[in-house]
Amino acid sequence: MPEAFRFPKSLKKTLFHYCPGCHHSIIHRLLCEVIDELGIREKTVGIASIGCSCFLYFYIDVDIVEAPHGRSCSAGTGIKRARPDLVVFTYQGDGDFAAIGLGDSLHAASRGENITAIMINNTVYGMTGGQVSPTTLPHQKTTTTPYGRDPKREGYPLKVAEILAGFEGVAFCARTAVNTPKRVIQAKKLLKRAFETQLEGLGFSYIEFLSACPVNWKMDPLSATRYVDKLAETFPIKVFKDRLSEGKT
Amino acid sequence: MAKKVLVKGVEAIALGALEGGCECYFGYPITPQNEIPEIMAVELPKRGGVFLQAESETSAINMVLGASAVGARVMTSSSSPGISLMSEGFSYLIALELPCVVVNVMRGGPGLGGIEASQGDYFQAVKAPGHGDGRFLVLAPYSCSEAYELTARAFELADKYRNPVMILSDAILGQMKEPLALKPLNIKNYPKEDWALTGAKGRPSRVIKSLFLDSRELAERNLKLKRKYKEMEREIRYEALYTGGEKVIAVAFGSMARICKEAVLNLRKKGYEVGFFRPITLFPFPKKVLSKMADLNSEGVKFVVFELNCGQMIEDVMLSLCGKAEALSRFYPPSVLPFPEDIEKELKKCLKPSGSQKA
Repeated sequence: MPEAFRFPKSLKKTLFHYCPGCHHSIIHRLLCEVIDELGIREKTVGIASIGCSCFLYFYIDVDIVEAPHGRSCSAGTGIKRARPDLVVFTYQGDGDFAAIGLGDSLHAASRGENITAIMINNTVYGMTGGQVSPTTLPHQKTTTTPYGRDPKREGYPLKVAEILAGFEGVAFCARTAVNTPKRVIQAKKLLKRAFETQLEGLGFSYIEFLSACPVNWKMDPLSATRYVDKLAETFPIKVFKDRLSEGKT
Repeated sequence: MAKKVLVKGVEAIALGALEGGCECYFGYPITPQNEIPEIMAVELPKRGGVFLQAESETSAINMVLGASAVGARVMTSSSSPGISLMSEGFSYLIALELPCVVVNVMRGGPGLGGIEASQGDYFQAVKAPGHGDGRFLVLAPYSCSEAYELTARAFELADKYRNPVMILSDAILGQMKEPLALKPLNIKNYPKEDWALTGAKGRPSRVIKSLFLDSRELAERNLKLKRKYKEMEREIRYEALYTGGEKVIAVAFGSMARICKEAVLNLRKKGYEVGFFRPITLFPFPKKVLSKMADLNSEGVKFVVFELNCGQMIEDVMLSLCGKAEALSRFYPPSVLPFPEDIEKELKKCLKPSGSQKA
């Protein structure tokens, strides 16, 4: 009988601290499964950023360094340039990657740094209590857009994947979600593809997860998970670029 | 015989870094230190090293952070405004106990200031390179050969204490040319296998972090760093000339010390009993040495602190003296560069009986 379930070797046997209905734990697990399947646990260095996922190292059993807010892609650049044999990933929120760290992120992508950047897009600053972020939807209420995000005042949602897809240095660019079982399976394939792109030395690989933040969205876990479909109307779930596959055809 | 070259201070710094075993350089252009990245861009690739010009100083210092975390000998260089931009990264490097070398070729400030020499970043370098309770080991060369030697040695000290080391230089030293003997310095290597991130192969995974939400853990991290700064006192360096009982001692560092030393030597030739003291480590500061010098002359010795700023190191001199001797501040803001004769005049005034002097 084929094996139906196995606890990933790279996932530490501990309880997640994340809120009920948060998607971090699902994505952490997928990340660990991918690291195990590619056999790269012993040569991977992860970068924990600022936000709820700062505690990445409580759960993922690889070498990890903390970077200041927004600077993960720069720290990743330093690691990969100094030790090209290591596999490097960043794990950042939309505030970290696309607000304070947008410069670092875009330049690392433009240089084609051979690292994998994972961006968790839940449209709010989760850890600080749900403030507006660059990816907040128009009219979405947050603690700092209490009347809803008015594009005339707070601008429009920043579509990071769409920007990165046009960069020469970017070899893989996709947006995915984990709010349905089918999407979880698809997301894992894409995450694996992002790491394979790095292993092939093709350049910057970027994968964005539309993710639920029930507490800050003021929703129950089920409604928040369903609401991810609403995010997908503004942020289409799509593979924007996959140079690895292009090379194979 | 060591090869002799005629170089600028900033070139001496770059050559010192190569002698110190620098593997990676990350930085962003700013005057007056652009020769450092330009030399590293030529030399590092030849030696299998890494040179990368970042899109900003904030990115550069975080590239340094990444390279240091995986065990590389790494440096950055900048000048005053760029150093300010790096200060969050400095705090993280200190907290994460990551070694690196940071060069600040100071220019005039505040704000955009100018590109003339200044020592206006003394406080920033020795008191608070970043937020929180962190310190750099700070070395202040005053000649091209010292810039070469101290920069090379900085890599060893950074690894030894797992702490950033700053070379605090300025536009005068940076841009003046002097002969330099490229002598081998036998810079030591300290093993990094027990802490660097190399992939969790044959050992449990490692975390390099500075977030401690448990307040006892955070207190312990702070106390550990404090103990380290105490240990760094073993590295204290200074130059003292005629400080055995003179009534007036000129105190200065870096380029200003160069001007003061000439003034003191000129005055001695003319029979004036003046001394000269130059801290080379600005942190840790040679407090005990100054304190002992005050004890040597019970009749009262005046320490005259000359600086290219509005008076910063004077505070450390006063703290060192603890009221045992008088400390006078003579300061020169950017673009008011004194000649040795100006310093001589000031020192002669101080030699007159006190009462007519203002601190």
